[in-house]
Amino acid sequence: MKKGILGKKIGMTQIFDEAGKAVPVTVIEAGPCVVIRKKTEDKDGYTAIQVGFGSIKEKKVNKPLKGYFAKYQVKPVRYIRELRLEDISQYEVGQEIKTDIFTPGERVDVIGTSKGKGFTGSIKLYNQARGPMSHGSHYHRAPGSLGSIAPARVFKGRMLPGRMGNERVTVQNLEVIKVDPERNLLVVKGSVPGKKGSLVIIKNTVKAG
Amino acid sequence: MDLVKMVEQEHLKNDIPNFKAGDTVKVHVKVVEGNRQRIQVFEGIVIRRKNAGINSTFTVRRVSYGVGVERTFLLHSPMIDKIELVKEGLVRRAKLYYLRGLRGKAARIKEKRSN
Repeated sequence: MKKGILGKKIGMTQIFDEAGKAVPVTVIEAGPCVVIRKKTEDKDGYTAIQVGFGSIKEKKVNKPLKGYFAKYQVKPVRYIRELRLEDISQYEVGQEIKTDIFTPGERVDVIGTSKGKGFTGSIKLYNQARGPMSHGSHYHRAPGSLGSIAPARVFKGRMLPGRMGNERVTVQNLEVIKVDPERNLLVVKGSVPGKKGSLVIIKNTVKAG
Repeated sequence: MDLVKMVEQEHLKNDIPNFKAGDTVKVHVKVVEGNRQRIQVFEGIVIRRKNAGINSTFTVRRVSYGVGVERTFLLHSPMIDKIELVKEGLVRRAKLYYLRGLRGKAARIKEKRSN
């Protein structure tokens, strides 16, 4: 069954498993999420639940959103995201989703926004090789040839320097190490995209089995 | 960082003896062989200690059969059964890397005398 929750990346550390080995883990503060709205096949063309996460000051909510929250009678939240689920019959508007939907040992996918690296060269961005640093080469980190001279233009898709990071990234198949619904805590093995405090979406993995 | 600390908390040991670089310790390490588990003792001089919460490590150096052996342990690892403080050393540095270049009598460390 598909399920998901929104959370905030808190940071990384390491803990020890039963075998005594150190395991790198990411601590996520996930939930409580509130179901704002249910989207159905006949009304919206697809099934999903719209969930909200995170507290926000009343005066920071703008008027259109205030009206939206009032319509569905939920408290204002910082983030609103949709989770595409096949079966939404067990969800009700206003219902809370907590981390207890996951159990330790389960596999999850975590979606986040990667750290922005700014304008980067083609070596960092595409793992291109650099030129020789010495022997008078004068060619170090430039992107190289832009292609044939014949078309008198540069073809689309040429790998050139540009902005890196700050994009949606999914990390698949992470193991859930620890779940604590009382403290809204979720600990997964390995790293998760984004910087500390950024929004992450945790879903059960698409890599079944 | 509160939640991170909380996750680490239950894995931290609180029965670690107060030892530092220069001390001689006996480290009782759990060794798993197949499905049997036994304790192996590694004795030597602590040449460095890194204090970093759950990521804290210490390195023990000993010379066995003329070959210097250094083992770095995670301080809070459950694989360490016990750390025994054998001798307190008197040293003027926190990291005793200079011991690597010394052997025999020169590699001794003065013992700290209480009183």
